[in-house]
Amino acid sequence: MKKWLGLGLTAAAVVVALAAPWLSAHDPLLADFVASLTPPGTPGHPLGTDQLGRDLLARVLYGARLALFIGVCTVLATAVVGGLLGLVAGFVERWPSAVLMRIADVQLSFPFILLALTINAIVGLGLRNIILSLSAAGWVVYARVVRGEVLSVKQRDFVQAAAALGVGRARLLFRHVLPNVLPSIIVVASLQFSQFIVAEAAISFLGFGVQPPMPAWGSMLSESRDFLYVAWWLAAFPGAALALTALGVNLLGDWLRDTLDPKLRV
Amino acid sequence: MRRYVASRLAQAALVVLLSLTAVFGMVRLGGDPVLLFLPMDIQAKDVNAIRQQLGFNDPLAVQYARFMGGALRGDFGQSLRYRRDALGLVLERLPATLTLAATSIALTLVIAVPLGLLTAVRRDTLVDHVGSVAMVLGQATPGFWLGLMLIYLFAVHLRWLPTGGSGSLAQLVMPSVVLAAFFSARVARLTRSAVLDVLGEEYIKTARAKGLGEGRVVGKHTLRNAAIPIVTLAGLEAGQLLGGAVITETIFAWPGLGRLTVQALLNRDFPVVMAAVSFTSIVYTLMNLAVDLAYGWLDPRIRVREP
Repeated sequence: MKKWLGLGLTAAAVVVALAAPWLSAHDPLLADFVASLTPPGTPGHPLGTDQLGRDLLARVLYGARLALFIGVCTVLATAVVGGLLGLVAGFVERWPSAVLMRIADVQLSFPFILLALTINAIVGLGLRNIILSLSAAGWVVYARVVRGEVLSVKQRDFVQAAAALGVGRARLLFRHVLPNVLPSIIVVASLQFSQFIVAEAAISFLGFGVQPPMPAWGSMLSESRDFLYVAWWLAAFPGAALALTALGVNLLGDWLRDTLDPKLRV
Repeated sequence: MRRYVASRLAQAALVVLLSLTAVFGMVRLGGDPVLLFLPMDIQAKDVNAIRQQLGFNDPLAVQYARFMGGALRGDFGQSLRYRRDALGLVLERLPATLTLAATSIALTLVIAVPLGLLTAVRRDTLVDHVGSVAMVLGQATPGFWLGLMLIYLFAVHLRWLPTGGSGSLAQLVMPSVVLAAFFSARVARLTRSAVLDVLGEEYIKTARAKGLGEGRVVGKHTLRNAAIPIVTLAGLEAGQLLGGAVITETIFAWPGLGRLTVQALLNRDFPVVMAAVSFTSIVYTLMNLAVDLAYGWLDPRIRVREP
């Protein structure tokens, strides 16, 4: 159940993101003041239009593109950076390990959303900077999980045996340790993914992050607040799209964790 | 126990010092820090005067020492907007956030623990399936969207509740429900797995074998033993309330710490941002410390094991 619902929703989000131009005849940025705030079900505008007469369906579909793009970039950046640092810290131990753990303690002493929001306000707005801010706030989780895994994997016999045979450190790390840590990285990535897209939407909602007129779900929800009395659909559909995507990825992550690594708790 | 407490205290003190350092460092991320400390309507020729006045022309080490010295005495400078002590503004907003957090935690415990217990005891029945779906939905639904939908339903459509603000009990309802929704989902899942773990233990079999009623088995033997992980993790999760409050307070115009932080960020009032972020981080660290100490006190195995 979990598996199929998760797979289905995630696949739907991916298909929508990739096929957005073919699924909607409208340009998400094209204003049409004559048709502003038409309710859902109007011919030509199945989900209605916003205050500028832009087609809401087109905006929600292109929003999936933006959300998934940000999610994928952030997850890749955090997995590579956090994963590598965790790998090295766990493998070398001594001071790299101690330094990494203190940095992790410090980062985890700020609530994630507050940290990402503050970094974003300092480095500046826009698509590139929101990816940067989320990555800067989120890499620590990988580093901690991977370090812990490496510490246990490297005690295992096959690693000890390889080391005894004179396998070099780099080869030992990347050929013997890394493949055994990879499942944990994948599980953490899938669980982090929905956190990242929801955080991005929240930050854009607060007026930072992705700026209008780009069709980001968060900034669409932010704009919808001024029209809540007259146009409920502006708040309902982008939010539902976000919630369903987050739900799908969450379920997929839960299922991956149960399958790949039942012991892991994030 | 004494050694455990001492080591935890030292660790927390170190984290506080490093977190303040991180706040100082963060302000340098954007390049020239004076740009963050400028009022909106500043003339170009005044920039250098302000840079001099705020001490940004001094060597970095001097600036760092000055910031840390001030921060440890609770002095983060003056708010650029309100011309008042930045930390004072933060502390003024604290009661509102605490009220919201306390209501949400109470709501969470009332909803989540019974729900988690019920789904675990009635595992694989309809109750469990419906409950589990509710938990997953609650966790996936973004709080700010739930907030908007509640405003539409209860304030715009039904006109039962005000859209925001604070002062009356009615205004507390929606923000605390939104804040509680996410945490209820997490705490309920946690309770469910903790209770399931305990139900698999040998002593539960013994309790049943000696003929105890199911009520006593669940109420006394199971719940008491599941309480330790639930309380610990709920305590750790409570820290995240401070993050959730940032968004919830903004939607409902709740005059707490979170809204102050967002407004200070929007106004580029960086002394207030630094005071608020540092304060949140210190509170969060102290909460983690309290949870750790409570855990060590409840479970002797924890204090012996060195980190």
